[in-house]
Amino acid sequence: MWLAWRQFRTAACVVLGFLIAVGVAFLVTGPHLVHVYDTVVKTCAAKGDCDSVTSTFQGDDTFLQHFGTVLLLFPALLGMFWGAPLVAREMEAGTFRLAWTQSVTRQRWFLTRVAVLVFAAVVATGLFSLMVTWWSSPFDTLNFSLFANFDIRDVAPVGYVVFAVMLGVCAGVVIRRTVFAMGATLVAFAVVRISISHWVRQRFASPLHLTQAFQLPFTGNGSVKVGNGLKPGDWVVSDNIVNTQGHVIGQHGGFGPNGGIGFEAIGNGRTEFVGVGVCPNKIPAPTGGLGRKDLGPGQAVQQALNKCVAHFHLREILTYFPPSRYWSFQWYELSLYFGLAIVLGAIALWWVRTRMT
Amino acid sequence: MTALLEANGLGKRYGRKWALRDCTLTIPEGHVVGLVGPNGAGKSTLLNLAVGTLTPTQGTINVFDSPPARDTQHLSRVGFVAQDAPIYAALSVREHLHFGAAMNLTWDNQLAVRRMSQLGIDPRQRAGKLSGGQRAQLALTLAVAKRPEVLILDEPVASLDPLARREFLQILMETVVEHKVSVVLSSHLVADIERVCDYLIVLTSSQVQVAGDVDDLLASHHRLVGPRCEPSDVPEGQHVIDASHTDRQSTFFVRSDGPIVDPAWSIDPVSLEDLVLAYMSQGRDTEPDLWATSKGRS
Repeated sequence: MWLAWRQFRTAACVVLGFLIAVGVAFLVTGPHLVHVYDTVVKTCAAKGDCDSVTSTFQGDDTFLQHFGTVLLLFPALLGMFWGAPLVAREMEAGTFRLAWTQSVTRQRWFLTRVAVLVFAAVVATGLFSLMVTWWSSPFDTLNFSLFANFDIRDVAPVGYVVFAVMLGVCAGVVIRRTVFAMGATLVAFAVVRISISHWVRQRFASPLHLTQAFQLPFTGNGSVKVGNGLKPGDWVVSDNIVNTQGHVIGQHGGFGPNGGIGFEAIGNGRTEFVGVGVCPNKIPAPTGGLGRKDLGPGQAVQQALNKCVAHFHLREILTYFPPSRYWSFQWYELSLYFGLAIVLGAIALWWVRTRMT
Repeated sequence: MTALLEANGLGKRYGRKWALRDCTLTIPEGHVVGLVGPNGAGKSTLLNLAVGTLTPTQGTINVFDSPPARDTQHLSRVGFVAQDAPIYAALSVREHLHFGAAMNLTWDNQLAVRRMSQLGIDPRQRAGKLSGGQRAQLALTLAVAKRPEVLILDEPVASLDPLARREFLQILMETVVEHKVSVVLSSHLVADIERVCDYLIVLTSSQVQVAGDVDDLLASHHRLVGPRCEPSDVPEGQHVIDASHTDRQSTFFVRSDGPIVDPAWSIDPVSLEDLVLAYMSQGRDTEPDLWATSKGRS
């Protein structure tokens, strides 16, 4: 236990110093943000100037706002610089021969050191995440996009760090070279994190669906339609546009490989709804041309386009999770990474006991 | 005589290469045992197998009638200094003693501190900055202060200069006398072995060529010089280990079962170095010639 701590002291102090620096920066700016939020942003509705107030507020401390993303990298760094050298460095320096021939079994030596490491990593990351979550809470309340920052808030980072550290330890045990083990840790961690956040997380629970008629993102009277029919904070997993045969012909409000919405004159006064079909009605020539962005002024054109779109009876099917699922997803994520860490720990222990000689 | 170490058909393979193969030997308790052999004979592998930092690929090895490093109790009975005396470079000397105290069932801190101060080693010194001799002494102190029943030392003096080497061996001998501890030490230098060991094992390519009490070995081996003849012509009861010939004379290195009475032979006593070299060259003769089968190489 003493050895585990002594060997780890320097590395622990570096991280502790970093956390103190971050903590000071957050403590200096945090209370001010809360104050501004409570006094100005919350009351903006009464004064009717919310747009300018919120955009000013969102421009505050942008550096520290983005600093939260360091929390994405933090578990990987601990895995590389704390986890990977734990055993690999002893193998490289030959000191395992010293450590393993004291009156402590190899198993206990390994488990003690891993326990100290994991405990420190959990405390450090938990603290870091807590600070980021607290400091960012005014922005998060304003933006209300819980799932956008899922990976750098609350308990999920603790799961990541336990996994990353065990990944580092395991890589060090198997590879026995600190530098290679660090590289392997980084690569494997990135692969697992990206895979899980892109493909696995959305399978934690069955999502909700919303089916609505597909409409162009502007209305007949010329104003732009905002949003896609969901509430802010919903996490959209997929957004498919299907035709009457049930085929998916577009995604995320657009069609074709470039994902936009386009209309193209194909001669004989006819117009093609790109990626869908030929409009049955005549579309009057717009004054500004038929670009994707510039669908042209003039309500006549817009009404004609809407009529064309309506003809195809397209449906937009949204698959999403409501913000109320956020906390259960945090715990699912934590448990999943804990599970992976336990598997890695078991492999490493088995390797240390039987393969490492 | 109880066995300190017993190896039976012991082998250790790395990938396709055998570092030790079919090694069978017994080391008795209560001796200072010198394990001598050429580089690559498997000495280091054997000693690491004996302390459990390696596990055998085949065969068995027992230390004090138990597989090495079986449990805490067993670990505490064996003190080990690995080749090049690994220590934690970043830790100070005092922290190393703290390490020893924390990692062992029994720890004679007084002994450790006394040794370090006798050697004039500063307790605040980082172990990485110690000289080779001091480093070896620190490693030995760690192994001795846990008060083991046997000290296993892998090439303890190989990297030391002659003065540090003598000092190290002297302190080792004092320890043996003071604490009645058995010692197994490996070396490829006969002079070191000669100075401290009372039991000798010659190991070449995993095979024990000869093992025995140093005095007995010296008493039973002779150099015979006589007229030129074949090894089969040596007197009854003499076993030829090594032979060399000039035009008119033959010199045989023999192990004698009985006295030699034939006056045709002049009989010289042998030194330990002669003995080791004779057995080592015998071992080389029995090694397979790797080049013989590799056609097309030159």
